[in-house]
Amino acid sequence: MSQTADIKLTVNGEAVTVSVPVRKNLVDFLREDLGLTGSHVGCEHGVCGACTLEVNGQMVRGCLMLAVQADGGAVTTVEGFADSGRSDALREAFADRNALQCGYCTPGMMASALEYIEGGGVADRVAIREHLSGNYCRCTGYQAIVSAICDVIEQGGKA
Amino acid sequence: MKSSEFQYHRPETLDAALALLAHEDSVPLAGGQSLMPMMNFRIAGPEVLVDLNAVTGLSGVSVDEGWVTIGAMTRYSSLETDPEVMRHVPLLGCVLPHIAHPAIRNRGTIGGSCALADPAAELPAVLLALGGAVTVQSAKGTRRIAADDFFLGLYETARDEHELITGVHFPCSPAHQKTGFYEITRRHGDYAIAGCVVSASKNLGAVRVAFFGISDRPLRVEGIELALMGGDGGAGALDGAVAALDGVQMSGDLHADEATKRHLARVALRRAWTKVIA
Repeated sequence: MSQTADIKLTVNGEAVTVSVPVRKNLVDFLREDLGLTGSHVGCEHGVCGACTLEVNGQMVRGCLMLAVQADGGAVTTVEGFADSGRSDALREAFADRNALQCGYCTPGMMASALEYIEGGGVADRVAIREHLSGNYCRCTGYQAIVSAICDVIEQGGKA
Repeated sequence: MKSSEFQYHRPETLDAALALLAHEDSVPLAGGQSLMPMMNFRIAGPEVLVDLNAVTGLSGVSVDEGWVTIGAMTRYSSLETDPEVMRHVPLLGCVLPHIAHPAIRNRGTIGGSCALADPAAELPAVLLALGGAVTVQSAKGTRRIAADDFFLGLYETARDEHELITGVHFPCSPAHQKTGFYEITRRHGDYAIAGCVVSASKNLGAVRVAFFGISDRPLRVEGIELALMGGDGGAGALDGAVAALDGVQMSGDLHADEATKRHLARVALRRAWTKVIA
């Protein structure tokens, strides 16, 4: 039998108390147990960035953390960014710029972009590309994504 | 893939962690940015995982008697903004942004990087070039090991199985110390194909050169250091240093064969040195 653990955490502002197998990754737990399928699972070894989400105020790889490690913490996914209005400007800019095609990388892209914008990042294309270097997009060539982030920063810095 | 099954412990004190690590088949989990992928690939399959993330007292930076001590569980991202680190080990300020990506640096720890000893990782080479050290602790006691004696081979260190790295030590940069760092990667944040870190004291009286990505460990090359030491550090000295790379056995890999590694190691050395004498 797999070892399980009882955990309590906050997910997108809601308290969750649940029992999880200790070997379950955070992103799998969010998708399979909570039905939050916004965070995507790509490579499962931390390279592609599709599962990037926020834990205790920091963006992390959802595939490189166990769900049990989020015990006592606060997790915010792309659904949470949208529900709170935190990503409104960024979503609009992504749509305006066609900064997505298949959309697979988008939740992780938005998490990394939010971290950059909220951290006071400037509208510098090189710096933005460096910040996004851990998020792979196979459709857009990144140009439109970088442009969308620049737009948000130039229009007031609030994502 | 998903990891195989394991028992999970999350101790809150160092003593409790060390007691758990004294058991056979227990493996410490630090930031998990290398161990978790290895578990997902099932390259690693620990029976017992001892999560260090709740252990108190393993994070933070202190400065004492010419040394900066960084707690093993200190995340890269917190070092990037640490004023003591920037002041006393400015080279780390140049290197940290090259280590993976922000989301990885938010979790990855300095102790984890040293314990893993990936031959292509930046941090072990920096520790070696600056003449740093690590402290390891087990239920039996504590010892401090110089970086020169710590990195022994491919993912192999002087840390015994049941020992835990608790701190990583960098000497405070003396005034007039010059440093250089250069790495060649396929993409920003990747492990290096070849990289070089150099530190030099005033008037090039002492020079330490460490390579990464070219051997089974972070590697100092005595002949290179001797060629660069004492003189003017000009083109002649640098040519001599680069020639001394010829005697170094290169470890080729999937991305670059031995000849490519040798070429890129030369490039990295020249460019790192350019920053030293700038």
